[in-house]
Amino acid sequence: MKREGKIAVILFVMVIAIVAIPLFALKGAEFGGSDDAGSQKVEELTGEYEPWFTPVFETALNGEIPGEVESLLFCVQTGIGVGVVAFLMGRFVERKKYEKSDSSC
Amino acid sequence: MTKTQKRILKFSIAFALAFSVCPTVSAMHIMEGYLPPAFCIAWGVICVPFVVKGFYVIRKIITENRKAVTVLAMAGAYIFVISALKIPSVTGSCSHMTGTGLGAILFGSCTVSILGMIVLIFQAILLAHGGLTTLGANIFSMAIAGPFVSYAVYAICKKCRMNRNMGVFLAAMLGDLFTYCVTSVQLALTYQKEGGSVLSSAAEFFGVFVPTQLPLAVVEGLLTVMIMMALENYAKPELKAIGFEKSV
Repeated sequence: MKREGKIAVILFVMVIAIVAIPLFALKGAEFGGSDDAGSQKVEELTGEYEPWFTPVFETALNGEIPGEVESLLFCVQTGIGVGVVAFLMGRFVERKKYEKSDSSC
Repeated sequence: MTKTQKRILKFSIAFALAFSVCPTVSAMHIMEGYLPPAFCIAWGVICVPFVVKGFYVIRKIITENRKAVTVLAMAGAYIFVISALKIPSVTGSCSHMTGTGLGAILFGSCTVSILGMIVLIFQAILLAHGGLTTLGANIFSMAIAGPFVSYAVYAICKKCRMNRNMGVFLAAMLGDLFTYCVTSVQLALTYQKEGGSVLSSAAEFFGVFVPTQLPLAVVEGLLTVMIMMALENYAKPELKAIGFEKSV
């Protein structure tokens, strides 16, 4: 268990490092989405390209989703996921604790 | 699987084969409206058998194996979290991970096709990220091809008696990378330079996606190892119930 805890900490630090380093190493980079980079590449290859279908949500709004709202929706997605993971993980952890105390009694 | 289920599965496979062979293939998330309708349909049709199979597997899990439902929900939620995180990469642009490795390792690749589909529909409708018309192509790359590689890599590592954490790491990482390779190929099949071949165009798209994705794939591998370690520690009965941890 102790060894695993150590591994987990090391992995976590590595994750943070991989994510954070580009941010500081490449000051002034734009950090746009790579999906957008894909669409630029398409234009580079074929010239002007007009998507033949726009996302339903954008059609309903008659324009792009505002940036803040988009990040809100991404947060909602993350929130749902984290909520479920944390809830289940919490249950597992507590259960193990009770199992332990049961067997020790 | 009952007879009807088998029949429907067979039918869907035949359906996919019949359609996917016809178009002389003239099609991570591909953007809405960026694939011509023929490609949208072709990729969508190819996905049908996997999704149908996945649907039956999930239904079986839910009706017969209640213990596994929590882990299934966990795998789905993990995809939700991971694919919502846009992470800066060394190339100066952001991309996000797929998170399908965990589900593929635990449940096999077909199950993940359903989980991935839910996430992709969510993103396509609410986030204008990916798209409804390109849903089929995106399901194929993110929820079928990637998980399939994860599953295969994990199986190979297990056969070679490699350290389990290492196997999980490799499986998740390669699955993530492969997702983007498939996306590149999908785009390359659609778009070529005038007079250029599919291959050269695929190389161009590789150049856009793969360097960005490489560090993220490593991150995904590390995160998946972490959550697997947590599951092994706290959810042994569930892992046994889904037949993941037979030897213990």
